[in-house]
Amino acid sequence: MAVPGKEAVISLRGIRNQFGSHVVHDGLDLDVYRGEILGVVGGSGTGKSVLLRSIAGLQRPAAGSVTVLGTDVRTADEDARRALEARWGVMFQDGALFSALNVRENVEVPMRAVPGLDPGIRRALADLKISMSGLPYLAGDKYPSELSGGMRKRAGLARALALDPEIVFLDEPTAGLDPIGAADFDTLIKELSRSLGLTVFLVTHDLDTLHAICDRIAVLAEKKVLVTGTMAQMLEVDHPWVHEYFHGPRARAAQDAAKPGQV
Amino acid sequence: MTAGPARDDSRGDAAALHLEGELTLAGVSALNRRCEALDGGLQVTADMAGVTRLDTAGAWALARLEARLAAQGGSVRFDGIAPAQASLLRAVTAAMPKVEEVPAARWRLTDLLEGLGRGVAGGTGFLLALVAYLGLFLARLGRALRHPSEFRLTSLVHHCGEVGLKAVPIVSVMAFLIGVVLAFQGSAQLRQFGAEVFVVDLIAISILRELGILLTSIIVAGRTASAFTAAIGSMKMREEIDAMRTLGLDPAMVLFVPRILALLLMLPILGLVANVMGLLGGAIMSWIELGISPALFRTRLIEGTDISHVIVGMVKAPVFALIIGIVGCHAGMQVESNAESLGRMTSNAVVAAIFAVIVADALFSVFFAQIGM
Repeated sequence: MAVPGKEAVISLRGIRNQFGSHVVHDGLDLDVYRGEILGVVGGSGTGKSVLLRSIAGLQRPAAGSVTVLGTDVRTADEDARRALEARWGVMFQDGALFSALNVRENVEVPMRAVPGLDPGIRRALADLKISMSGLPYLAGDKYPSELSGGMRKRAGLARALALDPEIVFLDEPTAGLDPIGAADFDTLIKELSRSLGLTVFLVTHDLDTLHAICDRIAVLAEKKVLVTGTMAQMLEVDHPWVHEYFHGPRARAAQDAAKPGQV
Repeated sequence: MTAGPARDDSRGDAAALHLEGELTLAGVSALNRRCEALDGGLQVTADMAGVTRLDTAGAWALARLEARLAAQGGSVRFDGIAPAQASLLRAVTAAMPKVEEVPAARWRLTDLLEGLGRGVAGGTGFLLALVAYLGLFLARLGRALRHPSEFRLTSLVHHCGEVGLKAVPIVSVMAFLIGVVLAFQGSAQLRQFGAEVFVVDLIAISILRELGILLTSIIVAGRTASAFTAAIGSMKMREEIDAMRTLGLDPAMVLFVPRILALLLMLPILGLVANVMGLLGGAIMSWIELGISPALFRTRLIEGTDISHVIVGMVKAPVFALIIGIVGCHAGMQVESNAESLGRMTSNAVVAAIFAVIVADALFSVFFAQIGM
């Protein structure tokens, strides 16, 4: 399924994940190309987050290969893994900020590993990342418990972007946000991915997000990636679940909302 | 930055900044130093043609230079910049945070006084809240007597097992060891006066009056107050308590009454178990260490120890049980919607319960001394 002329930064082959006797993925293949925003969708329990965790090395697949930026995540030694971890960033669903640190210190955490970085510059760069994530300057002094859900997500994104990664993994970035906040977050992801040249791997349920920002969509069903393609291609697929997903009443509303603006 | 030889030529008010290689986070400190060396008011031309990679850190240093020069009447022109780098630089320039200084709070003596006042008020409020919970428990208990159908018997039995039966092993071992320690230490001292046989009185009085019930209460406070707080607190956290209220269930009746009542019933029994085990440990150690046979120990125990000691000890048990139960339930209800508060309140509950039990024990000592028991 490799496409000539595009560089696959993540490629999964024959992934098998299981918990006890419950098989979540079996023989799953997927490629993510440089610079694209890939949206992963699927019903509840199809293992979207498990897939994200397998790629980010938080969960070891029972079989198959996970190659990220040319490194096999499953067999890489510790040094190779550490080098790889500096090249990707993960934003967890509720931000997963360290509760004992304020937002600025949270963003500084990954930068502390950079040798010879002046603390004043580190602080200024953290402020820049906070501002790029759309948070006001004074949010840097706040602790995670003082922030709203949307602000925690933005702070989580700022931390994921701290080391200028090439790939960011976003787990349900707009879940739990009000429609205005969700639309703002979509715009933010799109702008950042354009200006920073990011590859974005995005797990979502939000049809508006899929319409507004995703270059390509991958559908998880029947323990594998059933189809991948653009939104226009998704609308043509006649698999019952995929058809229901992209032609349901909510999908039509999202489609109508996306039409007048730019896609 | 892996930049090679770089020249910062300055002639008049024009300067050239030659950049090449990678302008990234790893070399941002050096890049920033070079930028800071350029004075204000200069018309700088930055040669970017040799820059292979620019990240937000590098762009930050360049945007900062641009802003600083612009503020002093100078400017920067980026020559030969790649389109992707130019768009990154634009994005970073647009996002440069405006530093807002927060006025630093000055330390004053009144802050200290205010803190002290708040602490006293908070402590008083805590005590009043505990009294309110005691009242709530008694009111619900009275209601349960009038409306027995509302009372949760199954829950009471379950909590009796949790609080009482499952605590028997640890309470027994603890009391047995305390008896052993008392006999051992007492014999070492009393032997100097040839008064070994009084070790029996020492063991009996100290265990029956004080140690048996006090140490049992401390162990129960550690294991049960924390369990009450954790159970009620996690229900509070997940809005289960609110759900109960909307369904017409009274949390005090459903959650507090069975727990506190179970503790009220079980703590005296645990205290009794502790007394027996403490005397047993003391008797065995006296036999080994001083040769006081079990028969002699028994005779001496019956002769020298008044029943009033047992009464003094056991009277305290229900009071300690109420303290532990109410502190645990109250702390559980103070849990907010985050996990940190659950952990904080659980450890607070244990500390408060143990402290309150010891304070109550001291008050009992004064009381019994006054009435001459």
